Amino acid sequence: MSGQWLPLLVAVPLLGAAISAVAHRRLFVQRAIAVTSVTAVFVISLLALAEANAGTPLSARIGGWPEGVGISLFVDGMSGLMLSVATLVGLAVLLYSMSQLGRDVLDWWFHPKYLALTAGVALSLSTTDLFNLFVGFELTLIASYTLLTVRSGTRQVRSTISYVVVNLVASVLFLVAIAFAYAASGTLEMGQIAAVLRTESPGLLPVLSALTIVVFGIKSALFPLFMWLPDSYPTAPSPVTALFAGLLTKVGVYAIYRTQTTMFDADQPLLLAVASATMFFGVLGALAQRDVKRILSFHIVSQIGYMIMGLGLLTLAGLTAGLAYMVNHIIVKTGLFLVAGEIEAEVGGSDLDAGSGLVRKRPWLAAAFALFGLSLAGVPPLGGFVVKFALIQESLTTDQFGVAAVAILVSLLTLFSMMKIWTGVFWGDQVGDGPGARRGMRLVTGSMALLSLAVALFARPLFDVASNAAQTLLAAATGGG
Amino acid sequence: MSLALVTAIGVLFAVGAYLLLQRNLTRVLVGLGMLAHGVNLMLLNASARLGSAPLVDGREGPVSDPLPQALILTAIVIAFAVTAFLLALAVRTWAATSDDFVEDDFEDRRIASASSGEQS
Repeated sequence: MSGQWLPLLVAVPLLGAAISAVAHRRLFVQRAIAVTSVTAVFVISLLALAEANAGTPLSARIGGWPEGVGISLFVDGMSGLMLSVATLVGLAVLLYSMSQLGRDVLDWWFHPKYLALTAGVALSLSTTDLFNLFVGFELTLIASYTLLTVRSGTRQVRSTISYVVVNLVASVLFLVAIAFAYAASGTLEMGQIAAVLRTESPGLLPVLSALTIVVFGIKSALFPLFMWLPDSYPTAPSPVTALFAGLLTKVGVYAIYRTQTTMFDADQPLLLAVASATMFFGVLGALAQRDVKRILSFHIVSQIGYMIMGLGLLTLAGLTAGLAYMVNHIIVKTGLFLVAGEIEAEVGGSDLDAGSGLVRKRPWLAAAFALFGLSLAGVPPLGGFVVKFALIQESLTTDQFGVAAVAILVSLLTLFSMMKIWTGVFWGDQVGDGPGARRGMRLVTGSMALLSLAVALFARPLFDVASNAAQTLLAAATGGG
Repeated sequence: MSLALVTAIGVLFAVGAYLLLQRNLTRVLVGLGMLAHGVNLMLLNASARLGSAPLVDGREGPVSDPLPQALILTAIVIAFAVTAFLLALAVRTWAATSDDFVEDDFEDRRIASASSGEQS
């Protein structure tokens, strides 16, 4: 495979979105198009990952314009890994949504929005140009705004407003950073910006670094910029929340990884402090909640802290563990929200008081939840343990004892709030009276549970791929751009 | 870089930030528009050879940098789309509550009142 195929990553889902918007009354056609497009993107991502892993990252210039003028796409190990996992999980959510969405008039537009979101994520993950990254983010976000209001009740509208306004402020700051970078360096290519700034105006680097951390910190819900997330995510229908939980914030984390290594000399104390605070306050928020989806949303915040911790360690093993953590987290977190969707379908609500006794009614769902929940907390021998262990081990090797202590404490608190869901929803005898989960939903949740087991079973290959990706990142960091 | 342009950027950002802190959605919207204009001017300000002739085929002499102009066009389109969407949300809020006041999070208020109830 050569780089010419890369534009398809973005073009296929965009074209699919257009076709399925035209065919908006034919649900079968829409579904076929959506599944085909996302599968195509998944296959291309896997092939690109294989190439990048073999040492030849792919790149493409759209329209043959010279570098610095045209739109260029680039997929190295980290992009390929993230793209593959993101599209695989996206595909699972798409199949899951077939049993839930697309059944009433409001949902005619679900598939076009979903495909536009996929295109935005693919563009964000495969570009090295700051402005293209901005466009990718905006495409993703506009699709996510409309997906949040798939069911537009008062609650959804209210939470979407704060979500949109917060993200718009972040976008404005992003443009400010782009304007600074372009004015100082005359280019938008991340590596070139860094190279020019290092020689001509090194004083601007910390300013730009701080601006981008704030921008991507808002998008990926870092402490203290995470307040919008638990407010908006839980109000959406479960498949939408699962998709957001798996993909959106992780694109922000990816951008932090990319910019902090390619463009800036990462500020290690700041990153580690932010990581600790994000882990700790995220999990504290989760402890106070009484709603399954809100508990899980606060855990997204807490888990982002672990990923930033991997970056903050700034070693090969640290970055590797951070990337592996992201892969495991995307699978587990999406799985947890799929379980939450089934709980909603079974007991008629996601509140802990809505119903209980699911362990008798749906033993396999309880097993899937236990698997995901224990993996999220990091209980051996699940995937969550493997990645968390690598992360904590590396933080001890590099003498970062403070962040290691926080990471262990937060794991315990995570386990505690998973137990809260378990006792609230699965134990007890007051079975709720929901319509029940459809077979399609059960199948997808089960497959995700198997996938999360696979992370533990195939940890070695995963860490090899992540290590290759981290090596490329570190080479960019030490090579001066 | 011209002083007038820089002053305009400063004023737009100040007004935008002030309006953004209001509770009425319409004011927030106008504030976001101001911020978007301010940042567009910033992008314009970032172009090389500011104030030269535009890039047209066959023209002699120095021309202004076309790239920031392309960026601004993209940014304008995106800001337009999002503003239209926010306006739609404002209409929806108004239809539901006859107001464009942005409420607190329901769940947050519930938890806050529950914890203060336990203390008293």
